[in-house]
Parts: sequence; C-alpha cells; structure tokens
Amino acid sequence: MSSLMVENPGLLTTVQDLGRPGFGPLGVSPSGAADSVALRLGNMLVGNEQGAAALEMTLVGGQYTFPEGAVIAFAGADFGTKLNGRPVEMWIAHAVLPGGTLELGLTNEGARCYLCVAGGIQVERFLGSASTHLLSGLGGFAGRALRKGDVLQIGAPMQKIRRRRISPTVLEMLRPRKSLRVTQGPQADWFLEETTRAFYEGAFRVSEDSDRLGLRLEGASVAPKSTREMISEGVSLGAVQVTPSGQPIILFVEQQTAGGYPKIANVIGADLHCIGQLRPRDEITFARVSLEEARALWIAQEQLLNSGEDLFA
Amino acid sequence: MEFRVASDQAVLVYLGEEIGLASHQRVCKLLRLLQEEPLAWVRNLQPAYCSLLVSFDPSQVDHREVESTLRRYEQRAGKMALPEPRTVEIPVCYGGEFGPDLDELAATHKLSALRVIELHSSRTYHAYFLGFAPGFAYLGDLPPEIATPRLATPRKKVAAGSVGIAGTQTAVYPFATPGGWRLIGRTPLEMFRKDREPMGMIAMGDEVRFRAITREEFVAWPLR
Repeated sequence: MSSLMVENPGLLTTVQDLGRPGFGPLGVSPSGAADSVALRLGNMLVGNEQGAAALEMTLVGGQYTFPEGAVIAFAGADFGTKLNGRPVEMWIAHAVLPGGTLELGLTNEGARCYLCVAGGIQVERFLGSASTHLLSGLGGFAGRALRKGDVLQIGAPMQKIRRRRISPTVLEMLRPRKSLRVTQGPQADWFLEETTRAFYEGAFRVSEDSDRLGLRLEGASVAPKSTREMISEGVSLGAVQVTPSGQPIILFVEQQTAGGYPKIANVIGADLHCIGQLRPRDEITFARVSLEEARALWIAQEQLLNSGEDLFA
Repeated sequence: MEFRVASDQAVLVYLGEEIGLASHQRVCKLLRLLQEEPLAWVRNLQPAYCSLLVSFDPSQVDHREVESTLRRYEQRAGKMALPEPRTVEIPVCYGGEFGPDLDELAATHKLSALRVIELHSSRTYHAYFLGFAPGFAYLGDLPPEIATPRLATPRKKVAAGSVGIAGTQTAVYPFATPGGWRLIGRTPLEMFRKDREPMGMIAMGDEVRFRAITREEFVAWPLR
C-alpha cells in the first residue's frame, strides 16, 4: 500500500469525507468536508468516488511527501500549490513520482483546500465515515488534526485516470458566494420586523472565534424580541441561531445536534459549501429566497455535480 | 402535531409544548416507527424533549410530501411499544476539583454541599435525548431546590466525565469539550466508547441514577 507522510500539517489539517448523517439519535453530528462541493470535484479528478476521504487544509496548507508516489489533485481554495518546488495548477490531476513533495502556503482567497489522492485516504471508519470529529476526538486519523510525522495509508486507485480539468464555467457556477441565500428559520417570528430587516440589509463579519462547529458573526445586534426560554430542539446544518445578546451564529458541520437559541434563518443546501470557504474577517450578507427556489437551486446543483463528462473542460 | 420549516432540507415536528414525559413518549414512538420502517428520503433524525427534527433529501421529496407522510406515521406511532427502560447507575465523586461549582451552587440555594449531593443522587432521572456531543444525555428533571441556570460564560474546556447542572436538567460530559453547565462532580465511567455496543453509556429513554463515591473509589475505579 502506498502512503502519505506529513512533513508539516499547516494550521489545521484533518481527514474528511462526506460525513456520517443518520446518527442524530446518538448525539453524533454528521461532520464531513466543510466544502463538500470542492471535495467531490477533487475526487472526480483523480478517479475516486465523490465521497472518498481526502485531506482538508485550513487557511495554511503544509507539506506532504509520497514515498511511493501518487496521483493527486487540489480543489477548493488556492493556497499556492507546489510539487517538488514548482507551482502546479488547481483543479487538475498531477502525478507525484516516488519521494515527491507537495507544498502549500497561505490562502489567497477562501478558507479550505482539499488534497485528493487517487485511491483515497484510508483510515478506520467510525459509524461508516472517515471524517474527523474534532470535538469528540472520533473518526479520521486518530480522531485528531494531523501532526508532523504522521503516516497515512492510501488506497488502490479505482481506475486509470484521464488527465483533464474541471471546466471554468462549472467552477464559476459553483464559486463560493459571500452573499448566503437563506430560508426563514423556525423561530423567525421571535424577531421584530426591524430586527429582521437589519439582518437582511446589514453586513456581518466572520469572527476569529469560528471553526467547524460554527461561525460567530459580528455586526448589528439582531436580538430576539423576548428573552423567554426556548425548549432545546434539533438544529439543522446551516441554521443561523441568535444568542440573547443578539449575535448570530451559523451552525456548521461539526455542530452540536440540539440547541436552545432561536433560529432566524437557515442557509440553503446549495450554499452550504460556501460557508466552508469563509475566513475570519470576511464580510457576508444574507439574502432570503423561497423554499421552492432553494429546492430548485439544490436540484440544479446536484444535477451539475452528477453530470459526469460535462463537468470537464 | 405541528410542523415548522427548519431549512430547505429539514422540518421540525412538534409533539407537545413542554418538557414532560407525555410529549416525550410521542417523540420516542414516532422516532421508533421511523427507525423500524425507514423512509428512503430521510437523511437524519434528531429527537429532543418534545420535537423531532427530520432532515431529508430534497431531490426526492418536498416539504408538503414530508409533512403528509409524517402525519400518517404519527397516526400509527401511538401503538408502538417502547422498550422497557434500562436503569443505569452512574458513580460520581462530588465536589472538590471534580465539582468546582458545587459550593457556589449550594450557597445560591442556601443549602449545604452535602444536601445538594443528597438531592442530586436522590432521584431517578429520565434520559430525554442525546445531543450536543456524542453520548451526551439530557437528564431530567432535577429536584427544584437545586435547579440552577447555566454559567454566564461557558468554560473553554470541561473534563470528560464531568457532571453538570443547567436549569432543571443534569448531564454527564462524555468528552472534554467546551461547556456552560455548572459542574458538581465527575464520574470515572467512560460515557462513550466506539468499541463498545452500545457506544453510549446512556440511551434515550433510560432511567438514570447517580451514586456518590469517594475520591479513593474514583481513583481505583476499574476502567472498562
């Protein structure tokens, strides 16, 4: 079996796939790639199943060597990617010869870059998924972020790889947005009309205190009209909950599964991957769409991602 | 039965408006029926005190169809038999470094720390649901004399096994996580292990009791 050696793990690099939905009754959130669209496209470039496990790097890339060689692709945010010291392109497969080294720097735009390897990263699965759940230390590689010296196993490549790039038109269509489209949250009626207006008309800054559990937003206070206690209930991915002090928090992939803060809005399925590319200090806005629009956007996006040959240039 | 749209891919089903056994039983029964007769478009189910969050695949169904299907399930769910609740005993070493909030909590209620321990370990609690983190069970209801709101500022890290109080609820933290519950003690038990079946020490619907143990017993507790 071939392997990948971590020379430098960057800021926060974890093994992620498409997560483990279905274990809510155990209190386990799905986890999974923060930008699932990038992960899926990256895997397609190296001939993997869309949901194969890859490395998710956060803001700073790191350095990785392949003692036995590999076929790899970078997807997501551009961290300045180099193979054996020479710049290489994103969104296309590259052959790494035995002993070859990949090196990534700081992000130019966006928060997460995926290193997909033909054959996928092989780790012991927890509840059917290779995703790391950092909060509980479960899944992924030893339940934690990668460290210098870690050696990860790579699976056998699925098929012979045709070297091609994702079409620029497709990338443009799937480009992460900073204006997140939302539907009304289950407690939208807990907020005054002027508060709701402030929420949709204002801009919010992503706080430094943001991670895979949730993104705290800074901006106008959008406090609910009463401070009455809410009975805790299940919370959905992308929910925008508001603390009593009026701070909105977007619940993300490693979210707690239940909570007692009112939710003013919920990011639509088609824009969830955009959350994964938000960096601290990024400015974002919210745009309300109807359920029908949200559903149509989701179906169109899934059709695009599953359109096979049409994805490639 | 009431529905609220949670997102374009999820709906909240409310089966009551309060924390209580009657509405909770309805949640358990609907969840059980959905687990025994799974629907192809259901992605995830998150039960809570009196609600169930149902996440679905919007490529297959829309909200209208989800709601009408769930209504039909709920009509049949009343007849579901629920398993006999298991009784789980949790040994706890109260106070000291393990329960940094015990003394202050006791003082707030004008009780002695011993009385708080006595009250906390006097009841059989109902495990309403698991949430927050894997294996974290929301247990209720606390004797009203020791019900206490959460800390104003949550701790950045709470040790695994910590026993906390929030409002009328109590719980054990299975992992070292951030947390805002007031800590009164710690259990030597491993609350969640992926190599054990079931993984969680406590399951939804269980009856849970706490038993005070000494520091010596805590230290000598056999790990399993």
